[in-house]
Amino acid sequence: MSDNNLLSPNSAPHSDVEAIKQRSDYLRGTLEESLKDRITGSISEDDNRLMKFHGSYMQDDRDVRNERNRQKLEPAYQFMVRVRAAGGVVTPEQWLMMDRIAQKYANDTIRLTTRQSFQLHGVIKWNMKKVIQEVNEELLSTLAACGDVNRNVMCNPNPYQSDVHEEVYEWAKRVSAHLDPHTRAYHEIWLDEEKVASSDDGVEQEPIYGKVYLPRKFKIGIAIPPANEVDVFSQDLGYIAIHENGQLLGFNVVVGGGMGMSHGDPKTYPQVARTIGFVTPEQMIDVAEKTVTIQRDYGDRAVRKHARFKYTIDDRGIEWFIDELQQRLGWKLQEARTYHFDHNGDRYGWVKGSNNNWHYTLFIQNGRVKDDAGYQLMTGLREIAKIHKGDFRLTPNQNLIIGNVSSQRKKKIDQLIETYKLTDGAVYSALRRSSMACVALPTCGLAMAESERYLPTLIDKLDLVMDEAGLRDDEIVIRMTGCPNGCARPALAEVSFIGKAPGKYNMYLGGGFTGNRLNKLYRENIGEGEILSELRPILLRYAKERREGEHFGDFCIRAEYVKEVHSGLDFHD
Amino acid sequence: MLQVTNSPFGQEQVELLNRLLPTLTEGQKIWLSGYLAALQQVGGVQAGGAAAVQGAPVANAPAASSAVSNEATVLFGSQTGNSHKLAKKLAGKLQDQGMQVTLSSMIDFKPNALKKVENLFIVVSTHGEGDPPDNAISFYEYLHSKRAPQLGGMSFSVLALGDTSYEFFCRTGRDFDQRLEELGATRIAPRIDCDVDFEDSAQQWLASVLAAVGQSAAAAASAPASDSGSVDAAAAMSEDSTEYSRSNPFQASVLENLNLNGRGSDRETRHLEISLEGSGIQYEPGDSVGIYPQNHPRLVDEIIEAMEWQADAQVPLPKSKDRTSIREALTSQYEITVLTPALIEKFAEVAPDSGLKKLLEPGQEQELRSYCKGRDLLDLVQDYDLKELSAKAFTAQLRKLPPRLYSIASSSKAYPDEVHLTIRKVHYENLGRVRYGVCSTFVSERLEPGDNLPLFVQENPNFKLPSDSDTPIIMIGPGTGVAPFRAFLGEREEQGAEGKTWLFYGDQHFSSDFLYQVEWQRWLKDGVLSRMDVAFSRDTDQKVYVQHRMMEHSKDLYQWLQEGAVVYICGDEKRMAHDVHATLLAIIMQEGGLNEEGAAAYLSQMQQEKRYQRDVY
Repeated sequence: MSDNNLLSPNSAPHSDVEAIKQRSDYLRGTLEESLKDRITGSISEDDNRLMKFHGSYMQDDRDVRNERNRQKLEPAYQFMVRVRAAGGVVTPEQWLMMDRIAQKYANDTIRLTTRQSFQLHGVIKWNMKKVIQEVNEELLSTLAACGDVNRNVMCNPNPYQSDVHEEVYEWAKRVSAHLDPHTRAYHEIWLDEEKVASSDDGVEQEPIYGKVYLPRKFKIGIAIPPANEVDVFSQDLGYIAIHENGQLLGFNVVVGGGMGMSHGDPKTYPQVARTIGFVTPEQMIDVAEKTVTIQRDYGDRAVRKHARFKYTIDDRGIEWFIDELQQRLGWKLQEARTYHFDHNGDRYGWVKGSNNNWHYTLFIQNGRVKDDAGYQLMTGLREIAKIHKGDFRLTPNQNLIIGNVSSQRKKKIDQLIETYKLTDGAVYSALRRSSMACVALPTCGLAMAESERYLPTLIDKLDLVMDEAGLRDDEIVIRMTGCPNGCARPALAEVSFIGKAPGKYNMYLGGGFTGNRLNKLYRENIGEGEILSELRPILLRYAKERREGEHFGDFCIRAEYVKEVHSGLDFHD
Repeated sequence: MLQVTNSPFGQEQVELLNRLLPTLTEGQKIWLSGYLAALQQVGGVQAGGAAAVQGAPVANAPAASSAVSNEATVLFGSQTGNSHKLAKKLAGKLQDQGMQVTLSSMIDFKPNALKKVENLFIVVSTHGEGDPPDNAISFYEYLHSKRAPQLGGMSFSVLALGDTSYEFFCRTGRDFDQRLEELGATRIAPRIDCDVDFEDSAQQWLASVLAAVGQSAAAAASAPASDSGSVDAAAAMSEDSTEYSRSNPFQASVLENLNLNGRGSDRETRHLEISLEGSGIQYEPGDSVGIYPQNHPRLVDEIIEAMEWQADAQVPLPKSKDRTSIREALTSQYEITVLTPALIEKFAEVAPDSGLKKLLEPGQEQELRSYCKGRDLLDLVQDYDLKELSAKAFTAQLRKLPPRLYSIASSSKAYPDEVHLTIRKVHYENLGRVRYGVCSTFVSERLEPGDNLPLFVQENPNFKLPSDSDTPIIMIGPGTGVAPFRAFLGEREEQGAEGKTWLFYGDQHFSSDFLYQVEWQRWLKDGVLSRMDVAFSRDTDQKVYVQHRMMEHSKDLYQWLQEGAVVYICGDEKRMAHDVHATLLAIIMQEGGLNEEGAAAYLSQMQQEKRYQRDVY
């Protein structure tokens, strides 16, 4: 099955990227030469495709792109480096390493991502090797943080049910390790390990992926009800932990979710994953492997926009997939179990876990850890990491949990929280605490509009409306992205904005509060003035007319601002 | 124009001659010169050139003064081309007088021919710490070595070019002058040392040489079309008065003026694109452009304020009767940023109570030098009491604001009717005040597209692409030293040249200081540039410079040399060019298996073959 494309539905020729992967000799390409080239801070386009598999994208500072062009200078090329850790759990030592390299090699900030990974921005080519080496010295990795492979496996960082969480987290790590690429290219290129003779036998090199890897990225996330922080329905493959009395029984399996789409192309759409059954913990890795191989063999390798797993399933129907999966497994899935989700946002502040350790969820606006004149967040976390004995957990909402603090040490941590005025978000409106934005400008090459740099200001203005409406303490899930690729999972928010052009956004309403339902386009291509004038009356009316416990997204549907979306297939209707 | 100072005549004689000479026709002049020469022979003052009369009409008799024969050799040592130009000028004049003239760069002159030379005229500049220009080094060394022959029968004269702000002012010229005398040659016209505004002094030397060769001092002196000095005498240096030149700069329109350094750089390097449309100005890669800049207005104002002048006080323009305001004169006409011992002397003379005399006491030379160093006229007027001087008396002591030369950064084939320059802003703090490089600051701060810029082209025959476009070239040009190589590659691209090209470039930071980065990248892609190696000194813990990159590739570099590559160095002289030179020697030793002497000989052979060319400053 190593040739992985015989079953592709599309008779069209394969995309360029497929050819690049094919001749890359398991992700080597000419990366080493590209890195050594002193005339440019860039790497070749082909190598950039491969670089993603190694956990990095080439970007440039778009703020100065035109200016530099006039100055006869190439764009300010720099690299985003993504460091993954299954479930987003790292040790204090690992945090200190990230903090150190962010200051030494990056732009003095750490970005926590929506997939519980770290991102460094602004790393120049000459420092890439050092960065990756230092990451690996602390036993973290960047391999497969991007690229057409299984990405960082997300896991609910849920600190409430510590025992179940611990067990689920172990499974997350196992499934992650099982799907790691096997190529030695990463170790050769970055870690100066000895070259192995390249093999033409794809199976031997990459038993799961083969020579050309997957048609597109593949995402796995595990939720532990009642919390759905991982947005399990946005995953290509999602697991919902079924537990009873602190006992993990197994997982409901959901497949075919995904956020990305392209503006103006209705054949592309966000989709929510569908539940296909229940498996025991011991079966979950096998399910993951077989699902990945089905996507490997059937995914569209001609059109990358149509290559995500959701299209593979939607093109053939969910029944086809279940049959194919059960055939490959050699056994049948059980009937899905019942569960209940409450929310997909984070619960802030101190909570005590069932293991008697304490966990503090810190609000981090858009996941950006940095020092500002008035807010020494990065320094504060560094000081905490120096004395912390537990762990740090990156949440799927780009926040941070200082996890597993003993009662004795809690006092010390509290003092530091106090000293550096670190916030659980209580000083902010519930709207801000429920907000999420992707990185976008100036580093992301895909961004059409601002996101991380703009959403906080928009929320300043929306807060006034929320205050007017008396909704300051009501959580409304609000998300913004600079392009329709969906990094901040905007299609699942109650209200979201997707960038179309500088200062212009599409506005969507009606997503489910627990991440269970897609939203729908309400207004197209509008600027800040219209955003505010459109949202204000809806929010005021919501405050007045909502039913007991009714969330904003549900209200928008009941009040007929938008139609309910049941499947990605009717997202554009 | 004859003057008492440039001729052997007294005041009355000068006036008579000046009245007579302009009225003579060419024929009359020739007749007169022959008559005078013949008269001299008849008078038997010292019969010498009798042979020269053979078969020729008396009127055409060549020079017949003491040691003057019919042959002359004019040698020049030139870095920027001024000496070359002046030598050419003299050669032309001598030829006009019927002499057999050999004009040569010192490097091209075979030393063993020296013994046969009867009349030797040397025009040579001095660089840095009293060093000869590149193309004078071998001849200089030969003449000062034990192998130098006795030159008893030779007549000579030396014109030395230099800059009084340097300690070893005109040292190379002085050395030649002294050495030739030591070797027994006869000085037929006194050496003249020229400052940066060399035109008048050079003209004087030409006249005195021509007078000494006897034939027609009057003809030479009449060359300047000047009217008792009211027109810049240098105008006469131009071969054709309609052509733009140093003394007649073209008012060129600035098309583009942008900073090549990206954000975060400590540098500011201006890329100037200038229109030459309608000027008829031609240039070749390797040539330079001279710009007449303006002094910093703040410095001008502060001097005027310190001297308590009215800003509109009228002063004469340099060497002219026309007048302008002191502010304008200090802005555009006079040099105010450099102090020289010569200038201090002049001021001490006109302002005896200023306290400057103390600086000039014998034994104080070192103090005087160190006072001049890093100071400007504002320091001078603040430190010494010169208030008794009127604006007019003050400016009368000053040097003319000299043009600044920049290596051309464009190929005229690639950019017809344009010339591009690469100018790095110089500013630094000294003695509690920011000091600005005159031209670079003018260009960075006060020159806008659409403005006019007075400029001229200065040929540099010592920095030229090989005539065979298949010849490989190695270009070493860190910082703004890379400018001429942009011209070289532009030229080679337009020529469709096949020769290999290798560029070494360096600066502080890759991200902000990689001048013309995208252009090199394009040339690399298109194959116009075969190889490029760069060194950015501040990006790594250990500073790396171009010479380190050269050493890293010593094997290849030597291979290129063996294949006949021409090596070009452009940029900072003191550190870079010196280090690069040493590195080249090291590479030749290492890869060629030569000892120190052998490597030096290898390089000097290259120099002889014009395969080692430098444009350093």
